[in-house]
Amino acid sequence: MRRGTRRAGTPESSAFPTRPYDLIKEVTIALVLVAALTAGLAALFSSPDEPPVTLGSWSRADSADFTATAVSELGGTSTTAQYGPPYNHTPGAGQKIGPVGLQRFAGVRIPIDTANDFVIQPLRQAPEPAPVTAALTTWNTAPANQQQAWTSAYADALGKAPNGDLAQVPPGDYGPVPVLTARLLELAQSGALDGELLTEGTQFYQTDYTRPLLFLGDGTYFAGLAQDQHLAGDQWGMMNETGNYPGQAWLWLYTFWYQIEPFKSSHNADALVWALMALLSLVLALVPFLPGIRSIPRWTRVHRLIWRDYYRTQQPPR
Amino acid sequence: MSSAAPAPERGWTAAVRRRLVTALPPEKLLPDSQPAYMASWVYVFGVLTVSSLIVVLVSGGLLALKGPAWWHVSTVGKYVNSLHLWSVELFMFVLVLHLWAKFFMAAWRGRRALTWMTGVVAFLTAIGTAFSGYLVQQNFDSQWIADQAKDGMNAVGIGAFWNVLDFGQMLMWHIVLFPVVICLLSAWHVLLVRLRGIVPPIDAPLTDAEQVPPGQEGQA
Repeated sequence: MRRGTRRAGTPESSAFPTRPYDLIKEVTIALVLVAALTAGLAALFSSPDEPPVTLGSWSRADSADFTATAVSELGGTSTTAQYGPPYNHTPGAGQKIGPVGLQRFAGVRIPIDTANDFVIQPLRQAPEPAPVTAALTTWNTAPANQQQAWTSAYADALGKAPNGDLAQVPPGDYGPVPVLTARLLELAQSGALDGELLTEGTQFYQTDYTRPLLFLGDGTYFAGLAQDQHLAGDQWGMMNETGNYPGQAWLWLYTFWYQIEPFKSSHNADALVWALMALLSLVLALVPFLPGIRSIPRWTRVHRLIWRDYYRTQQPPR
Repeated sequence: MSSAAPAPERGWTAAVRRRLVTALPPEKLLPDSQPAYMASWVYVFGVLTVSSLIVVLVSGGLLALKGPAWWHVSTVGKYVNSLHLWSVELFMFVLVLHLWAKFFMAAWRGRRALTWMTGVVAFLTAIGTAFSGYLVQQNFDSQWIADQAKDGMNAVGIGAFWNVLDFGQMLMWHIVLFPVVICLLSAWHVLLVRLRGIVPPIDAPLTDAEQVPPGQEGQA
């Protein structure tokens, strides 16, 4: 119910007394000011540029983590291998908002077969020493349950070896897995694997880093570096950046939800936080039409401060 | 000597021109006076936002001249990248202050809801633009942010179409599509401000001509 015409209506701005105003002058001064401030901040603080991690640098710095990750890619137990859409058809995988599974609904649009894409194909593309050719043949002709038994046994043995030292893995029934992963490690340490994972088919120019980034993300080395740079999810993750820089401070609300329950421990945290932020964004856009929220400015009376000169003089419209 | 009266302007072009000039005459588009109630530093944030956006676009354009990898190997490039970074930080800072100021002024009053909404959508687009910029830095930050962000995108189905791990796709969005949308939204927003004028103070009384006669309040 309207409370009366004086409150409900807003007069035309043209009905008020005016004062001189120079738009172009104001814009020019503001532009010079912002440009000078930007130039000063850039000169004083520069910008962060932490070098990227490559599969080469990872495999040289932590060969045990690289090998353990390669075994999980081969055996189909890595995070990417069991991710679900958009990478593969893992049964039951995919986050939901209540009963709604948008992740599954979008489908598998970027198909990734970790064993083939991350291990077998790169080994095939590189020169093959005879033992590797034999190991590949053994792997490809073995039934799936035998392949999983080999990778599972080797993953367990790697986990028990002191410091993940490959030389200290006890003998066992690992099939061709040690030969394949040792060759992959060799290729990675030489830098060849970085290029191989980027190359698709007969293409020369490449800009899609999906496969090398997914492989990198499946290990613990990459996450450890991020943790050291205060970039982990429980450290307000993406809104930070390396070094002492403001980062994406405007993502504070999005990042905030990940720090509290029920989102913090939910398997559907990403979907729930996205749904909540979409709702809040919609509310922000529709503030003019939402009773109660649109009245907050009147209640808080900050406007009395902003228009203090007007309220002091109460210049009535003509 | 007499001359014939000019023929009435006809055609689509003339009709559009007539409509534009009627809606936004030059003195309204580029005003040299404003309502006297516009007397607060809070009004500066709007023009500072536009100014920062110009610096963001110019510094980004300079980076584009030499390509995305230039700033990693050149001192000049590093400085230009720093200009781009800090202009974005300033842009987002003044943009948020502008948004809060307009909220507390209830600046959507008086048929200005669309002005508010274009501003909010521009703000959300700016967040997406800045985010895509962080993805195309080609350094550790890009790798980590992409790795983390993919889960959020994939969880709601966006990642199947908008792949944050695809540098090429993100670069095109960052330097072409997002800037075009931001510029169009910003232009629309500013034109709406010029069209409607700046919002009067809350509870400012209506003029006599604007008053609704008693008994007809519900019809307005």
